[in-house]
Amino acid sequence: MGEVIVITSGKGGVGKTTTTANLGTGLALKEKKVVLIDADIGLRNLDLVMGLENRIVYDLVNVVEGTCRIKQALIKDKRFEGLFLLPAAQTRDKNAVSPEQMIRLCDDLKEEFDYILVDCPAGIEQGFKNAIAGADRAVVVTTPEVSAVRDADRVIGILEANEIRKSMLLINRVRPDMVKKGDMMSIEDIIDILAIDLIGVVPDDENIIISTNRGEPAVAEAKSLAGQAYRNITRRLMGEDVPLINLAGNDSFLSKMKKLLGFKSA
Amino acid sequence: MLQSLFSKLSRKRTSKDVAKERLKLVLIHDRANVSPQFLEMVKGEIIKVIQNYMEIDEEALDIQLTKTVSEESDSVVPALIANIPIKSVKNVGR
Repeated sequence: MGEVIVITSGKGGVGKTTTTANLGTGLALKEKKVVLIDADIGLRNLDLVMGLENRIVYDLVNVVEGTCRIKQALIKDKRFEGLFLLPAAQTRDKNAVSPEQMIRLCDDLKEEFDYILVDCPAGIEQGFKNAIAGADRAVVVTTPEVSAVRDADRVIGILEANEIRKSMLLINRVRPDMVKKGDMMSIEDIIDILAIDLIGVVPDDENIIISTNRGEPAVAEAKSLAGQAYRNITRRLMGEDVPLINLAGNDSFLSKMKKLLGFKSA
Repeated sequence: MLQSLFSKLSRKRTSKDVAKERLKLVLIHDRANVSPQFLEMVKGEIIKVIQNYMEIDEEALDIQLTKTVSEESDSVVPALIANIPIKSVKNVGR
């Protein structure tokens, strides 16, 4: 029996889709059977980030409306064994799907997959409610900015109200140089404010833009810092205990970043 | 490193300190889901009730939403704090 994990944030542009793509690919690299659901109906992007945009035939709305079978709509990622994508509809809106339909879909997929990752739309409206409906737990993505942290707090509250209690926080686009100067909230600061368990930290890394340009998730790239962060988060998602090392200390930026991400220090 | 040492020594408030403080305050209100009008309503009602028993200094009355450490766990929870200066106690119910 699989597990449904929703990737959400409240605020847009903090990295939900990138996170879904990387964690999904990371889980597939760990030999899990994974399906990614793009729940952002009308603004589909997970296909593009995954580099699968040319392979879409059917979409999420077709499946819930019964136009096609689930199997027909799932796009198999040929690069990663066990990884599938269920794309969003681009020409429909969020009202094309109901929470009940999402629950049924997730329940069906749980039979066959180890992990179902749902890429949630921004906001807390109907699209969000649909995306969280079938979820067993949540990864809340934020960045060290006041607006993103505030929205994350709101989303955590709504998830709790919907009895999704195993939410974990992913802090994206951290810049250790700015944290050190006191110009960016640190991981401790954010955890202190949000009072939620941390699943990991992803540094601000230009490799993410480059890999997204190519449609190749960074998690599969050995040398990418953000990729290493996503590999660690993937393992934590599977229940492994991978230590997080904080930014305090007098090490150089690079060695600190490597420590933070769990590289062995040279 | 020198820079961070210097800022620690001079105890200058960094921009992240400001961010944290502003966030904490705004979240108290977000979490409690109250508006300033709501607080004014609560204040009005409290004055009405207390005035049955005491004469209070309405001008100096201060009521605000803040946070406190929960007695059951170590978590921080919102709290309604009222500071109500009493001028005299009325002679009722005694």
